[in-house]
Amino acid sequence: MATGDASDPRIAGIAKSIRVIPDFPKPGILFQDITTLLLHTKAFRDTIDLFVERYQGKGISVVAGVEARGFIFGPPIALAIGAKFVPMRKPNKLPGPVIAEEYSLEYGTDKMEMHEGAVEAGEKVLVIDDLIATGGTLGAAIRLLGRVGAHVVECACVIELPELKGRDRLGDTPLFVLVSSA
Amino acid sequence: MSAYKDKDPRIHGIKARIRVVPDFPKPGIMFQDITTLLLDPSAFKDTIDLFVERYKGRNISVVAGVEARGFIFGPPIALAIGAKFVPLRKPGKLPGQVISEKYVLEYGSDCLQMHVGAVEPDDRALVVDDLVATGGTLCAAINLLERVGAQVVECTCVIELPDLKGRERLNGKPLYVLVESH
Repeated sequence: MATGDASDPRIAGIAKSIRVIPDFPKPGILFQDITTLLLHTKAFRDTIDLFVERYQGKGISVVAGVEARGFIFGPPIALAIGAKFVPMRKPNKLPGPVIAEEYSLEYGTDKMEMHEGAVEAGEKVLVIDDLIATGGTLGAAIRLLGRVGAHVVECACVIELPELKGRDRLGDTPLFVLVSSA
Repeated sequence: MSAYKDKDPRIHGIKARIRVVPDFPKPGIMFQDITTLLLDPSAFKDTIDLFVERYKGRNISVVAGVEARGFIFGPPIALAIGAKFVPLRKPGKLPGQVISEKYVLEYGSDCLQMHVGAVEPDDRALVVDDLVATGGTLCAAINLLERVGAQVVECTCVIELPDLKGRERLNGKPLYVLVESH
């Protein structure tokens, strides 16, 4: 299942609590703001529960969360399923030795870093972010984890923007989302 | 006040999991790295449990987490105590209307922002970050919350650097930490 079961009564409440902000960060973009979801305690709890129900008992030992909004959703999932939480960060934030992966932006490139030694070969990993758009960020996370020999079992986001076809840029890695925003 | 002084048996394991990285971000600084704590699910759980045990049942309606490491500890606490989670962010990240609070750094200044409408005058707030050093960031957070009329009940961090006297810069608000590092 690629998208949360639309008939699950919790999904409607989650979708309704997401605020759309026009023209952020620039004209023409409709920004999906999850901060309003975090203000609704039931919707936030349901969001985490839906992910935990899907991922517990699957031998996942790492939840990798993409800075910064992945830091909000990843740790509660990690705690509930008994996995490590590994932050995937912008350059020069992590203090120890890191490995880095470059990825494309609309204009130019950016870099994602992970601490050396945080993830070991053979570990099963879930990658979390609040939203998938072009898939550039998630693709970089998958590549970074692959370089240390870990296996990314799935990427999970609250929201997908399907028109941007990010799902196609994740290689063989499946994507699970709760809400699709066309 | 610190749990370290209370000698809760879980504290030893938490402190042991924090990695000190010398000369980051610059020579002479001993950086307290909590990412290694997050790699130990049991110690991470103990960290959250210690906070939740302290704050559950005290009618706290908002957990405000300071970007970015406050996003790791704040949401699990918020979910467990039934509070809203409100991210306090660097400029330009929050998409909606914001209020801003400037604060002084060692060199220059920075700014913390909060969404308008996220916090209301009758809210009772807990401020969360991974570490308190000089107290500048926490002070800005307190100011933001008080400016919208909320009551800041306490600030809480995993780690305090007591030699930097941040505790004295919190407008009289109490500070609770799990671990001190001299």
